[in-house]
Amino acid sequence: MNRSIIISSVLHAALIFITAMSLPFLAKKPLDIPPIVSVELIQIAEKTNIPFAPKAKKIIEKVKEKEKKLVSEQAPPKKVKKTKTKTVVSVDKNEKIDTKAPEAIPLPEKTVKKIETKTENKQNPDKLDEEVKQVSEFEKKEFVDLDNIAKLIDKAKEDTAKVVKKNDDITQDQDKNIVTSGLTLSEEDALKAQIFGCWSIPLGLPYNEDLLVRIKLMLEPDGSVAKTEILDHARMNKPGQGFYKVLAESALRAVKLCQPLRVPTTGYERWKELQLNFDAREMLEG
Amino acid sequence: MKKNLFILFLIFLIPIKAFALIEVDITRGNLNPLPLAVSPLSIDDNSKKSFENILKKENIGSEISIIVENNLRTSGLFNPLNKNAFLQAPDIANLKPRFEDWNLIKAQALITGKVKYIDDKLRVEFRLWDVLAAKEMMALAFTTVPSNWRRVGHIISDKVYERLTGEKGYFDTRIIYVAEEGPKTQRKKRLAIMDQDGANNKFLTLGNELVLTPRFNPTSQMVTYLSYFKNLPRVYLLDIETGTQEVVGDFPGMTFAPRFSPDGKKIIMSFAKDGKSDIYTMDLENRLVEKITNHPSIDTSPSYSPNGKYIAFNSDRSGYQQIYIMRSDGSDVKRISFGNGIYGTPVWSPRGDLIAFTKLHKGKFYIGVMRTDGKGERLLTENYYQEAPSWSPNGRVLIFYRETKTNAKGEGFSAKLWSIDLTGYNERLVETQTDASDPSWSSLLSN
Repeated sequence: MNRSIIISSVLHAALIFITAMSLPFLAKKPLDIPPIVSVELIQIAEKTNIPFAPKAKKIIEKVKEKEKKLVSEQAPPKKVKKTKTKTVVSVDKNEKIDTKAPEAIPLPEKTVKKIETKTENKQNPDKLDEEVKQVSEFEKKEFVDLDNIAKLIDKAKEDTAKVVKKNDDITQDQDKNIVTSGLTLSEEDALKAQIFGCWSIPLGLPYNEDLLVRIKLMLEPDGSVAKTEILDHARMNKPGQGFYKVLAESALRAVKLCQPLRVPTTGYERWKELQLNFDAREMLEG
Repeated sequence: MKKNLFILFLIFLIPIKAFALIEVDITRGNLNPLPLAVSPLSIDDNSKKSFENILKKENIGSEISIIVENNLRTSGLFNPLNKNAFLQAPDIANLKPRFEDWNLIKAQALITGKVKYIDDKLRVEFRLWDVLAAKEMMALAFTTVPSNWRRVGHIISDKVYERLTGEKGYFDTRIIYVAEEGPKTQRKKRLAIMDQDGANNKFLTLGNELVLTPRFNPTSQMVTYLSYFKNLPRVYLLDIETGTQEVVGDFPGMTFAPRFSPDGKKIIMSFAKDGKSDIYTMDLENRLVEKITNHPSIDTSPSYSPNGKYIAFNSDRSGYQQIYIMRSDGSDVKRISFGNGIYGTPVWSPRGDLIAFTKLHKGKFYIGVMRTDGKGERLLTENYYQEAPSWSPNGRVLIFYRETKTNAKGEGFSAKLWSIDLTGYNERLVETQTDASDPSWSSLLSN
């Protein structure tokens, strides 16, 4: 019995050993850590000058040198420029330029000829292609298609109608949101701005105390205040809370001074009860 | 039964529109002075005649209201409205103000009152009204000797200030200062005292000896100051009520910059010897002297925190004169000023939250405040030469002195007292009979 158990366990152990050694995922491979590549951080501005890599720089310099050589073989670059500008600017006095330009700058014959042909192309309406037509404003007027404009106007009208429809959809959605969430941002801003102007903050209050006064208002449809209620009223008469009383009174004065409040013209049910949280900490801390 | 339950179930299914309470956070307001109306205190004819005989004042009711008005205006927090715009007469206003009339002139608060002459005494009643809420906020009455009528005005101002701002006032107080006369090189310096508004000025010394740095005891009408005796400065104690004066110990060196502890039982000062200066305290009961700092640098201008646990002082131990704080036993010294320039004369606010100081930077002097950890430095005012800030008892206003530059001939020199509040906008000249320096603000007299 014991013998068979020993044989069995030895064979099991051997089997486990062989399996472990032969399984490929258990074999420890040396970690292939990628080499650390330094990354240069460059702040992106309107004009960012990134230095070229040394090899690229050499290649670019070579190319530049080649280009320079080519240009110098053709003609002195400055002189070519002068003729170009003159021909482009002048519109009516084509002939004069053509005659004057070669006189002023002695250029090789080939280049002068090239320039002359260019100027001829630009200033001859018969040979104008589509692209050139669009460049000239005078010519644009000549090619106006009134039917096309009418079509465009109709299309524009349709587009705007679509946009209005879309907007209508959005406002309806917003209305649905208002019912659940409150005033719109602009409505809230208008109300805040009004109360900011009315609230004279008592400057003597300690800025490191809990200075939050919550006032619940019952409003009339015209924005006048029907009833006010200080939500932490019990704090008003607590000893050592004199500053809270002063702050609450100043908040009440602000509400009364401001009425009628700038409330929305619609949705009275929504805002007939309003809670104002007066918090002076930000102002007092400076 | 089943039918009823079914109906109830249907009721629950009916959608009811429920609106959440809209909340709007108001985190800003205006810092404009609060518009308020100070109605002249009403007075009957008999009382009027009596006061006219005693005080030589035509209408004491109007005079008191003017004091209240001026006090509130100088605080920078209130805007007393022009009396010509008032629609209601003082006697009627005192009984029951027509709030619509006061609302019309944009007054948010109203002060009314009545003055009476009863049993050779002055009796003043006053009421503070909330015009917008149409209700009384406060009603008080005072009885005193007629000659004390100015103090009644100051006390009313303090009560109104406290009720509307939430902090104690500072109007029923006095200021002690050094009155200066004569050319700059030969100044005659005398101790002088006056009400905070400049009235009731009195000279306390004759001017034979030079006096410097008078400081009020925060708990009583006692003053400590420095005076020269045989060309050596000495610290003195002066009781203003009795006029008695004594030297605080006799030290073998120079003692200067004395100041009381918050409980008024100790004096803290500097004592200079062998080119260095350290801070000492002296118990006024047993005259025991205790050395607080022991450093080869110059430590001076000590000032206690209101709870007496810490001391602010200036020292040049870092190379430049800077402000430091330490525990009252001299341990745990920390530098708190790190800005550019030289810092001096630190004075701990009675509220305990700020330290006022003088700063010299690029040839200009600044009066500023910083929090007790040195953060939040704010420079309130800048000038050619100004120093020695002293706090009002409520910690809202600082009084200091400012000297003007002399011209090439040495003319045009003057030294005046100025006050500025913590906003830095409400800077005012404090009128004095002569040139003045080294002011110190007393605690509230009515405490």
